[in-house]
Amino acid sequence: MSAAEPTRRDFLYIATGTVGAVGAAAVAWPMISQMNPDASTIAAGAPIEVDLGPVAEGQVIKVFWRSKPIFIGHRSKKEIEEAQKIDPKTLPDPQPDSARVKPGHDQWLVLIGICTHLGCIPLAHQGEYDGFFCPCHGSQYDTSGRIRRGPAPANLAVPPYEFVSDTKIRIG
Amino acid sequence: MSGPSTYQPNNAFLKWFEARLPLGGLIHSSFVVYPTPRNLNYWWTFGAILSFMLGAQIVTGIILTMHYTPHVDMAFNSVEHIMRDVNYGWLLRYLHSNGASMFFVAVYIHMFRGLYYGSYKEPREVLWILGVIIYLLMMATGFLGYTLPWGQMSFWGATVITNFFSAIPLVGESIVTWLWGGYAVGNPTLQRFFSLHYLLPFVIAGVVVLHVWALHVVGQNNPVGIDPKSGQDTVPFTPHATIKDGFMVALFCLFFAWFVFYIPNYLGHADNYTQANPGVTPAHIVPEWYYLPFYAILRAIPNKLAGVIAMFGSILILAFLPWLDTSRVKSATFRPLYKQFFWVFVLVCLGLGYLGSRPAEGGYVIAARILTAYYFIHFLIVLPLLGLIETPRPLPNSISESVLKKAAVLLAIGIGAASLLVMTPSAFAQGHDTPHPPRNKWSFAGGFGKFDEAQLQRGFKVYKEVCQNCHGLSLLSFRNLADPGGPGFTPAQVQTIAADYKIQDGPNDQGEMFERNGRPADRFPPPTTWKNEAQARALYNGTVPPDMSVLAKARSYERGFPWFLLDALPFLQYQEHGVDYIVALLKGYKDKPPEGVTIPQGGYYNEYFPGHSIAMPPPLTDGRVDYTDGSPATVDQYARDVAAFMMWTAEPHLEARKRIGFQVMIFLLIFAGLMYFTKKKVWRDVHAH
Repeated sequence: MSAAEPTRRDFLYIATGTVGAVGAAAVAWPMISQMNPDASTIAAGAPIEVDLGPVAEGQVIKVFWRSKPIFIGHRSKKEIEEAQKIDPKTLPDPQPDSARVKPGHDQWLVLIGICTHLGCIPLAHQGEYDGFFCPCHGSQYDTSGRIRRGPAPANLAVPPYEFVSDTKIRIG
Repeated sequence: MSGPSTYQPNNAFLKWFEARLPLGGLIHSSFVVYPTPRNLNYWWTFGAILSFMLGAQIVTGIILTMHYTPHVDMAFNSVEHIMRDVNYGWLLRYLHSNGASMFFVAVYIHMFRGLYYGSYKEPREVLWILGVIIYLLMMATGFLGYTLPWGQMSFWGATVITNFFSAIPLVGESIVTWLWGGYAVGNPTLQRFFSLHYLLPFVIAGVVVLHVWALHVVGQNNPVGIDPKSGQDTVPFTPHATIKDGFMVALFCLFFAWFVFYIPNYLGHADNYTQANPGVTPAHIVPEWYYLPFYAILRAIPNKLAGVIAMFGSILILAFLPWLDTSRVKSATFRPLYKQFFWVFVLVCLGLGYLGSRPAEGGYVIAARILTAYYFIHFLIVLPLLGLIETPRPLPNSISESVLKKAAVLLAIGIGAASLLVMTPSAFAQGHDTPHPPRNKWSFAGGFGKFDEAQLQRGFKVYKEVCQNCHGLSLLSFRNLADPGGPGFTPAQVQTIAADYKIQDGPNDQGEMFERNGRPADRFPPPTTWKNEAQARALYNGTVPPDMSVLAKARSYERGFPWFLLDALPFLQYQEHGVDYIVALLKGYKDKPPEGVTIPQGGYYNEYFPGHSIAMPPPLTDGRVDYTDGSPATVDQYARDVAAFMMWTAEPHLEARKRIGFQVMIFLLIFAGLMYFTKKKVWRDVHAH
């Protein structure tokens, strides 16, 4: 047996093992990928348009976009003032009200209606801050949807949306 | 050479664990040092291939379950959803459906190997009977699984097979009703079949454990059929058998991948791409290829009860084989007479398989009766007598290597026989008196075929301007028109196309349904000329215009022997039966039926339509659709364009399938080559002795 042989044999084993491992990884990929949202789910997640006309002052309506509840609130003057007068620096998740609404459309609050704690749907017009109260674990949000008290770590998220006209928004 | 005590882990944790649960020792003694006869040929690798296939079927099956809905109204569409929308869903489903066939290819080779080398004989009787039980469980699982897509063959296969039990005197009907959970195959049947289809593979896995256990108690048989006498006659399982099995698994995957990526519907039935219809039985009911020999036995016997008994008996008789074969010599190598009868028996089984795929009429029935009789004669007369009259050749004193050369010859014969067994014809959508549709040239045919975007766009135009008034396209969404590997419309064009359609939506805030313009995510709306099937029947001479989504895969025609065998081979493969039939049909109208043929009121004569009387008036006339790309505005061109479009709607991931298939084939060739050389290195020292 010559001295070169063991090396050649080792190389063959390593090459075979490596190619086998690459194959196994390639086979694993479709099996992982199939659990991601399928094409019909993604297509159904396209932007939606919502007519704001019928939403009265003080009312909060719920629509669904990408299977998530979207709160659309028509805020009263009092609610807007409450949201604007508080100093954002004192809040757990500091954010001014102006960063949570579209300029010139202060009265319209659009939120993803999912508590940032563990995913329950908060109740509108409840809690000590006149905003939203999550019945699951007691998180309290104000009239801008910002977290004020309770276990939730962050403000209610604002979905991507834009005003198509003064009374119509496109979410997504 | 082996024994549980030889496993001595060095690692402190493994030592601690081994003292409490000797799992490492069990694996070590079963799959590492386990002594395996050194003269095993490649036929002995099919046990490992079967284990691999069982694992593959369980994994792909669990994944399909994540997307499948076992309900009569949704099952068919949920399978199509897997084929169209789920990421790699087409791949996973084709792996699973073709995997079932591959499983049976492997098990038949495994069984015939056992028959040839007498692997069922003392002391391996229990091992063999466990194998027969696994085979029965596999047949049950395969049958239950074939029901799940809820196509025409699913439904009628389920009806025919469950009706076997109605042959039982007195209680038969009650048993069948109990199996169905109703008065016919229906939703309760589908749901319990789904449940059992999920359960049985794990039962199989359990019996496989017993099978392997029994194997390791008595040791493997070998081509010479005499027990290893010393350590010289055996090699450790790892690495020798492991690497040899691995090499054959790689080769088997190559065979498997050919079916999955290039001829995925070859072993299926076109009729199963038509949703189950309890009111119409397909013209020609055929089970999956792996049941065909038993189906032939069933039909050969003109009495219902006797036929069912013969069919089950033909399988159960295998369990008695250890006592029916009276010869003490195991391997056919040393049994000159048995060897001949073995090959006759193989041919009889293949013959029965072929006859099972033929209509039960005329000479086919007579042939099936002769072969059925021989099948039982082989077990009940030939085998018991052979042991008494045959003079075996002298057995060698110990396991010799000369058998290996013989194995190479057998491998070649066996692959030929196995491929013959695999290649049984698909179901045929047509009667016998219709001519074969002429073959067309298709851009998407062959190993590297791609759709012609311009042709698909023209075909869509024909659909839109001619077909869609009566024919739905319910499985297609507008967004699909912009998918890669399709007609290549831009997303903006798709928006415009979708907006042309009215989609019913609602209810709105007032509780009213309303119409709006289509969006890319919407499915194509149903035809506007009929509201429901009853209305369609009233309008169209008792027929319902079929949905066009998977029609190109739901139509086929009989190719006949030997063409259907050639259709499965690389470079000759033919999967375009459906589109060729559609083109022939669209061009097959004749103003006057030939002499002696009368067409009933409301029917039109069509040369290629089964029965020749079709309710659809000739849909295409020259110049009916304006082509803007300069293609001829002729019936011939329209027919080919709309057929190509239908091929795409039926198989939207065809291009991705062929592309990934090429990558997989290249990979497997490289891997199998590396495995071969690794195997040679590992075995060099053994062969040098």
